[in-house]
Amino acid sequence: MALNDQVDQLPPKGIRPPIIGPGQTLGTATDRIAGIVLTKHTPIFWFAVVAVSVGIFGILNTAIAYLLGRGTGIWGINIPVGWGFAIVNFVWWIGIGHAGTLISAILLLFKQSWRTSINRFAEAMTIFAVMQAGLFPLVHTGRPWLAAYWLFPIPNTMGVWPQFRSPLIWDVFAVSTYFTVSFLFWGIGLIPDFATLRDSAKTLVVRRIYGMLAMGWRGSARHWNRYETAYMLLAGLATPLVLSVHSVVSLDFASSIVPGWHTTFFPPYFVAGAIFSGFAMVLILAIPFRALYGMQDYITLRHLQNCAKVMLATGMIVAYAYVLEMFMGWYSNDRYELAMVHNRLHGPYSGYYFMLVLCNIIIPQSLWFNKVRSSPLALFLVACVVQCGMWLERFVIVVMSLQRDFLPSSWGMYWFTKWDIATLLGTMGFFTLLFFLFIRFMPAISIFEIRTLLPQSKVKE
Amino acid sequence: MAQIFDRSANTLARASLLGVVLLLTGVGAALMQFQRSPFVTNQHIAPEQPVPFSHQHHVAGLGLDCRYCHTSVEESSFAGIPPTKTCINCHAQLWTKAEMLEPVRYSYRTGESLKWIRVHDLPDFVYFNHSIHVAKGVGCQSCHGQVDQMPLMYEENTLQMEWCLNCHRQTEKFLRPKDQVFSMTYAQPSEDHEVSFEGKKYTSQFDLGSDLHKKYNLRTVQDITSCSTCHR
Repeated sequence: MALNDQVDQLPPKGIRPPIIGPGQTLGTATDRIAGIVLTKHTPIFWFAVVAVSVGIFGILNTAIAYLLGRGTGIWGINIPVGWGFAIVNFVWWIGIGHAGTLISAILLLFKQSWRTSINRFAEAMTIFAVMQAGLFPLVHTGRPWLAAYWLFPIPNTMGVWPQFRSPLIWDVFAVSTYFTVSFLFWGIGLIPDFATLRDSAKTLVVRRIYGMLAMGWRGSARHWNRYETAYMLLAGLATPLVLSVHSVVSLDFASSIVPGWHTTFFPPYFVAGAIFSGFAMVLILAIPFRALYGMQDYITLRHLQNCAKVMLATGMIVAYAYVLEMFMGWYSNDRYELAMVHNRLHGPYSGYYFMLVLCNIIIPQSLWFNKVRSSPLALFLVACVVQCGMWLERFVIVVMSLQRDFLPSSWGMYWFTKWDIATLLGTMGFFTLLFFLFIRFMPAISIFEIRTLLPQSKVKE
Repeated sequence: MAQIFDRSANTLARASLLGVVLLLTGVGAALMQFQRSPFVTNQHIAPEQPVPFSHQHHVAGLGLDCRYCHTSVEESSFAGIPPTKTCINCHAQLWTKAEMLEPVRYSYRTGESLKWIRVHDLPDFVYFNHSIHVAKGVGCQSCHGQVDQMPLMYEENTLQMEWCLNCHRQTEKFLRPKDQVFSMTYAQPSEDHEVSFEGKKYTSQFDLGSDLHKKYNLRTVQDITSCSTCHR
């Protein structure tokens, strides 16, 4: 089947698009999804994307190698802004991961069957995003080989431990727990599909590789029973993580006394922002994926519309939080908090702030319109804008609070360097590389869960 | 369809689970042992010196006081390495023809220092001061070991931070009366060995150490285990 021979058909007004395209059977669904992996003809665009992202990954490696050689002085950080791109990027990437967990765990518990088409690659997105995020705490120390005992409580010859009362160490535990649970969830979900690939592969080597990954899955009733139990248990474990991880990340800021950071609404504000940017990333990945591989029957307009609705809702929460930030400045009646508000609107970085308002509040309002929600191209563009906006939000929070603190004599500016940009860009390349490798070698859509959506699998009473 | 795996694959799969756990714990344990091994710490390794100077002979055999050579140990951060002149005080008359002492005489004739290899070398980011330890009742022997039993000088302890903290966190286990600081034969009080201090007889190191802590105005454990006490 040639690419792009399917078009999105918008149903008549008032009727929502279906979760799965018409005319699919158990056989076609399995063959189409497994075909991406088992094909002998890897599409040209795949090589093109991988080549470009390998190049950008090379930039990342160069930037990190130079960082290790010269130290963090190659970045723009200094006093007073000691937290720069590394923290901004860390929070941004870790936020992006949140949508994957929300889709796979919370929507599973709420029995939202539309999640099944997008949960697999959303989970992969989570894992790859957390990997990018994890890179920053590691390299921002400048000496990652020592970071092991700075970050983790490892028994060492110095007899010292990390400061357990600091949110920074909570962060380490939150993120590593998050990565572990997400990875297990993803891995367990893949087992039945690996078995499908094992059984449909043509050559012995490929069958052996997928056979090992399938861990002896035979699809017996007992297997399915245990599988469902394990999957539900992990979903239960992952659900609180959607809320807790970014709450802990926000405490890195909120537990300090820096103006603009010292507020109690940071945890929910951060969680909403994380889901906002996460769903934007799901759209950024899903729209090209379905177009390039002709997957419009599995990732339908319904999925895109639902993601857009979640974005609209969380975007409104984020907008409310921005209003609340201003309100808190006034309500605190604290001259430093008020100065912070003034700095946002009239300070040297006010341009960033107004861009943030444009990207995160004004442009996402277009999602109220069904026309925008039904146009993949428009959704893709809005999602990209939101992604920029969420990055700006973290920049505004980190840099604007630090550059002007209590003493005007210690005020200063923050100028990021080309190495800051290279590291940020590099992680995007690394992320894209991992994602395209994943699409090529693993089933990007959950085959066995798609089967449950088909008309054939509906049991008649 | 033919089987793609042999029956043994089941056992291998299970064994590999155990294998990963054992491998990780094994590597972790090995790394921890390595970090504490003499290969890293130089503990108990006597480096080759320009002259094979024997502390055993000079201290236990001849009865020299530590301060005869290490003159600044009571006032300075650095205990002091004696100048060649200190050696020549005696060796102008003793063993004047000994082959072994030729580097000492050469150094004296030319004024070129003997290049001793430093045995106890703390990292530069550690602010260490001998005088405060001597003034608060920490015996030479507590850190340097039975120097009077060492034919060649070596590190008795690892000098790793956990070892420093081991004393800073529980000074009462190590303190001794100030007049015993330079003694190499002092023994801590115990049930069958009394130590008297200011007219009071002690049979427990804990009691003695706790009293000395107060008497010598040591700062609190919190103070002396604070980061900036040693890293300034």
